[in-house]
Amino acid sequence: MQRTVLLAVSLALAAAMGSALAAPVNYKTPDEVAAFKPGPNLDVVQGNCSACHSADYVATQPPMKDKKGFWQAEVTKMIKVYGAPIDDADVGKIVDYLAATY
Amino acid sequence: MFDRRDLLKGAGLTAMAATLHSTKALALDTVTLPFANGERPLVKYPQKRPMIGLTSRPPQLETPFAIFNDGPITPNNAFFVRNHLSDLPYNLDPDKFALEVKGKVDKPLKLSLKDIRKMKATELIAVNQCSGNSRGFFEPRVAGGQLANGAMGNARWRGVPLKAVLEMAGVQSGARQVTFNGMDGPVSDKTPDFVKALDIDHASDGEVMLAYGMNGEDLPFLNGFPLRLIVPGYFGTYWVKHLNEITVIDNVYDGFWMKSAYRIPDTPNNAVEPGTAPKATIPINRFTIRSFITSVPDGAKLKAGATTLRGIAFDGGKGIREVQVSTDGGKTWVSAKLGKDLGKYSFREWKLPVKLSAGSHELKVRATGNGGETQPDTPRWNPAGYLRNVVETVRVTVA
Repeated sequence: MQRTVLLAVSLALAAAMGSALAAPVNYKTPDEVAAFKPGPNLDVVQGNCSACHSADYVATQPPMKDKKGFWQAEVTKMIKVYGAPIDDADVGKIVDYLAATY
Repeated sequence: MFDRRDLLKGAGLTAMAATLHSTKALALDTVTLPFANGERPLVKYPQKRPMIGLTSRPPQLETPFAIFNDGPITPNNAFFVRNHLSDLPYNLDPDKFALEVKGKVDKPLKLSLKDIRKMKATELIAVNQCSGNSRGFFEPRVAGGQLANGAMGNARWRGVPLKAVLEMAGVQSGARQVTFNGMDGPVSDKTPDFVKALDIDHASDGEVMLAYGMNGEDLPFLNGFPLRLIVPGYFGTYWVKHLNEITVIDNVYDGFWMKSAYRIPDTPNNAVEPGTAPKATIPINRFTIRSFITSVPDGAKLKAGATTLRGIAFDGGKGIREVQVSTDGGKTWVSAKLGKDLGKYSFREWKLPVKLSAGSHELKVRATGNGGETQPDTPRWNPAGYLRNVVETVRVTVA
């Protein structure tokens, strides 16, 4: 927390001094606290999903009637559209975890 | 680090959430947005006051709605943050920053921030709104960032017209579009980089801007420091942050973020039957017209008698002609008094003194634009959860 305050102050100072004296931004985000909930194949999920995004991307999705269909579509989108390098053998495990846990 | 006003606001939000979900005991550091699975942490990032945390990597932050009642300009430290890709330029050096202008131009450019700041500056007050603002209210629900109404904001942007930069570079005949890329990138090189495109006529209209200033300060890092695109009246997806690459092309850009993502149905009102897929789509473009009551949260308890309702309205660039308010669930409507006109792309404030009798009331607000377009009484639906602009309702109990 204190580190954040110091950085906020230094950023404010840098802004006040104008662009002539600007230094590299060195922006620090708060520690990532979002975590995947316990569930089957949690390690597979952490290994595959966490590379690109935090767990809150999953946790904030709406409750759907067809959980399996919803999460299958999401995992497929991650692979086909965003190029997530997920092994074929892991796809079913990830979908099962998501449908059972969220 | 939390100032008193922020704390009060946080408490207000929590109280508001508590009235909606009274069985849940909420800590000060949590808010519950009014839809299923709407619990969110209040998070503190450098240069930002406590914001509603949607995701942490990449950071995505929603503005607590009470802030919109403070005035027509959204403070930099309360402005929403939306990102797609996790590799943000956290260590960028503004002294080494360069904006490249290339492609179908006579004279490719590399402009430093100093070069850009030396050019004749222009200012414009304009709303930026995330395409998915209010997605959490869609029914049936759809995948994506589950936002309430706080992924929007209004700021005074300072920078240079994109037109001036394109003229310096000399756009060649046959140019059709201009693409915009920022310093952010994907974690995996298989993920499409975030690149957006505008038609050449739009890019050269003199209003599209390269902004380095926001409300009299540098852009906050999370809002695109040191340079971002401003596309007045258009959804935020086009407002590329950390902008460092502009390319003039002689075809229609077919990258993922234009060709496949951020598409709306090519139908009347860009809507389809809820739960169905459109046959054809077009790129998302201008804001639909919206209005909000900001002075009273949903679920509030008010004293009987005279009170003044306040709020904001905006549209895709024609400007607001009229705002009407109903205190009886839409049976009768009264015109509100519009606030100062800060330009056709800005939030327009409104207020209306009303008298409320004891009992339950549904307060509604409906804006009409200078082009005659207004807001629908029932929500329109599309599969991506964009363009929400239904007449908003605030339910209050008066005693």
